[in-house]
Amino acid sequence: MAEGTEEKRDGAPRSALERVASDPVSRRRFVALTGGSAALGAVLAACGSGGDSTATTTTTSTAGEKMGGAGDSETEQFGKGDVGILNYALTLEYLETAFYEDVIESGLFKGAELATIKKFGSEEAQHVAALHATVKKLGGKPAPMPKTEFPLKSAKSVLELAGTVENLGAAAYLGQAANIESPEVLAAALSIHSVEGRHAAALNTLLGQPITPDGAFAVPADAKTVLESVEPFIVG
Amino acid sequence: MSNEQLVHPELAAVQVEEESGDLSRSEVILKGALAAGAVYGTLMVGPFVRKAFAMTGSSDVDIVNFALTLEYLESTFYAEAKKRAGAKGDLKQLIELIGKDEDQHVEALAGTVKKLGGKPVAKPKFDFEYDDTAGFLKLAQTFEDTGVSAYNGAGPMIEEKTVLEAAGSIVQVEARHAAAIRLQNKEEPAPEAFDMALTEAQVLKAVEPFIAS
Repeated sequence: MAEGTEEKRDGAPRSALERVASDPVSRRRFVALTGGSAALGAVLAACGSGGDSTATTTTTSTAGEKMGGAGDSETEQFGKGDVGILNYALTLEYLETAFYEDVIESGLFKGAELATIKKFGSEEAQHVAALHATVKKLGGKPAPMPKTEFPLKSAKSVLELAGTVENLGAAAYLGQAANIESPEVLAAALSIHSVEGRHAAALNTLLGQPITPDGAFAVPADAKTVLESVEPFIVG
Repeated sequence: MSNEQLVHPELAAVQVEEESGDLSRSEVILKGALAAGAVYGTLMVGPFVRKAFAMTGSSDVDIVNFALTLEYLESTFYAEAKKRAGAKGDLKQLIELIGKDEDQHVEALAGTVKKLGGKPVAKPKFDFEYDDTAGFLKLAQTFEDTGVSAYNGAGPMIEEKTVLEAAGSIVQVEARHAAAIRLQNKEEPAPEAFDMALTEAQVLKAVEPFIAS
């Protein structure tokens, strides 16, 4: 499974750079800065305190809808556009959170490794909360928490699985970044994406594996690849 | 799980405006995470940062050139570190690896500026003050964490999909570097659930002391 994200080692990012010149389609303009900011502010106010009445007037996705855009159709099963992408991410974060909870319960770890696992687990739980709230603010229905089951045989195999899951998670966010329409949603996704990258590198260090398995340019994974990879852990 | 301590103490100087607001530090970090740079700045921070965002007529060429400047800084920093950081063993290898990555980022970004029809910025002269491995590691952590936040702040302003994809693939590698360097410093590799976004002005303020000309 880990190989799934590694086989394209040198491919995607380079060609992405090369495509720069040949792709004249301007993705989005960030001109409506004030409007966009106000909308996000509303989202945030609602996320934070839940009490701000202006929160309900958010129009975060307006700019994005006008732009249209070629998404990753695989995320459409979770909803349209940004909502679909957020729900896809939410599903992965649910999975990561459940994984760390199970690992903590398993009693396989103690000391510094257990502390790291708890820390990462708590961060995934915060991602769940943030994505869940963002879907709701965009007027979408948050994806349900999947039922999961992970093979927890030994500390070593669990750490390896954690490494695989985190590297895949980072690749999954990277695979969606350019599909996101709303600059605010993109900002949120980016702030999570780099944390997944940090988790992946820390676990790779623990495992004695390269911190940047793709080299200088991280390779994205599309939703189909990611969902197929996590399917064995979803039982309902 | 929000830390009481500043996650980026070195950046405290450029965070002053946040402190002066009504929100507590942790709220700012949490919301900043969700919101990232733009929004975060304009809404909560006030005139200083709003001014910074008035610049967001920034074209992709401007943004990529800005990233190129940061990568020049990192690439020079690690090239020097091979000679003067006094690193051994794992850290020595890590410096080699990160240095190579940063060199490739420089090359890729300079190429991207050209392909976009722009002129790549000149490589500045840098001045890194440290005397030992610990001093090197402290600076390395600042640069890598700042790099992550710089890309995350710029990301939503990028127009071309392909440029965004390239920036995304670089920022993830910066985040991986940041985590590895933090582990060397015996610090949390991922101190917060959301990496903060910095504006161009904030990033410049943070790296200015190291740019000699």
